[in-house]
Amino acid sequence: MKELSTLITITIGAILSNNFIFSQFLGCCPFMGVSKKIDTATGMGFAVVFVMGLASAITWCVYNWILLPLNLVYMQTVAFILVIASLVQFIEMFLQKSVPSLYTALGVYLPLITTNCAVLGVALLNIQNSYNFIEAVVYGITGGVGFLLAIVLLASVREQLVFADYPKSFDGFPIALVAAGLMALAFMGFSGLDIFK
Amino acid sequence: MLNVLSAVLVLGLLGALFGALLAVASKIFEVKKDPREEAILAKLAGANCGGCGYPGCAGCAAAIVAGDAPVTACAPAGADAAAAIAEIMGQTATVGEREVAFVRCNGGTAAVKRFEYVGVQDCTAAEKVAAGPIDCAWGCLGFGSCVKACQFDAMHIGPNGVAVVDEDKCTDCMACAAVCPRHLIVSVPVSKKVRVLCLNQEKGKAAMTVCENSCIGCGLCERECKKDAIHVVDGIASIDYAKCINCKLCTKVCPRDAITPVATAEDKEKYKEVKKKAAEAKKKAAEVAAAKSGKPAAAKK
Repeated sequence: MKELSTLITITIGAILSNNFIFSQFLGCCPFMGVSKKIDTATGMGFAVVFVMGLASAITWCVYNWILLPLNLVYMQTVAFILVIASLVQFIEMFLQKSVPSLYTALGVYLPLITTNCAVLGVALLNIQNSYNFIEAVVYGITGGVGFLLAIVLLASVREQLVFADYPKSFDGFPIALVAAGLMALAFMGFSGLDIFK
Repeated sequence: MLNVLSAVLVLGLLGALFGALLAVASKIFEVKKDPREEAILAKLAGANCGGCGYPGCAGCAAAIVAGDAPVTACAPAGADAAAAIAEIMGQTATVGEREVAFVRCNGGTAAVKRFEYVGVQDCTAAEKVAAGPIDCAWGCLGFGSCVKACQFDAMHIGPNGVAVVDEDKCTDCMACAAVCPRHLIVSVPVSKKVRVLCLNQEKGKAAMTVCENSCIGCGLCERECKKDAIHVVDGIASIDYAKCINCKLCTKVCPRDAITPVATAEDKEKYKEVKKKAAEAKKKAAEVAAAKSGKPAAAKK
């Protein structure tokens, strides 16, 4: 029972109160870059969920079974980047073969997941919070879901911006940044959910 | 020492393991691509300038293979590449002459300044402030938005504050034309050197007061042209390059120096003399002819 409540706490934290984008400010590059259309934003979001979940699992194994016994903890960042980079390569090949439409829609942003700090962030945070394997995987997946939620919300806001009457000089990224900032403010409201901890 | 060795060994092994896995995966998930696509991609300019309208060079190559884009879609790659791509596609390319971008303004310091602009150094931003810091609504603002847009280092602000194109480097991708808020940049055949240096559509005094080098739509060039190649349309001289033969007569009569290559005052004087003499000779010939035709007429009587 206690384990279940920990998992729920992790889930709520990763999606709402400690959202990777809105309160930890990780992964902002694809967040701004791929949030022009809901379709591609959803695709990117699911790709990140997938990568973050898998990366959490693999980096947890690498850390606890290889780095820890060999006293190589100080190499964790390098090892994690190695894992993430190969994982993204793998996903790229997989998508190109099985979902080519998503592959072309994501375009240059798919390889960019490699440098998405949310992915490296989740791997490092798993270690920092000394999660066990299941907790780490849940944190990875729900962190990705948080990213998915954030990017889809911003994409829907940005699609509606066509009808908004804002100064022309705000066109493009400036108004998107304003929208993202307001959403981050709104997400601050969820910080009250931390009492579950 | 052992620490270093084990670190190198472990990370090396990890890397090798992932590398092997990726190699296997690349075989499993191999996608059969049209080999022509890669061959064409190798022939394209590779600058990802977007001038063709497709997302990057790979997108353009895919469109060419699919038949959505012509084999000449990549202007920066030039005629040779177009011919090579045509060969890959099994077609013959109909390649026109190489074209380059050209800035239709010679105002700059010669244009009348309305106010001193000190904001963001960008043409579009300057244009937004009370419709630009110069009186001429068609003049080059000289803040270099096109210079920043050029991927090929072919665009620079000249000594008189007007953007000029380096024709050797220009690939006619027209990225500059897309960012120019005054739409001054046009594409012209590289061999045709006679070009109108102004886009001001006002006529006479209205055009004259805003700039020293403006076209006032007087039509002298139109009357001077022997090939019917230059015409004043909407208050601005424009050249039909299918007819222009680079004779430069129009440049010599232009009172506003609005046609490049700008003729020197000396050249203009000389041309005036030549014209005067020609006119006199013509007059004399006409008199002689009249005298000759007069006699037989008189004899008849």
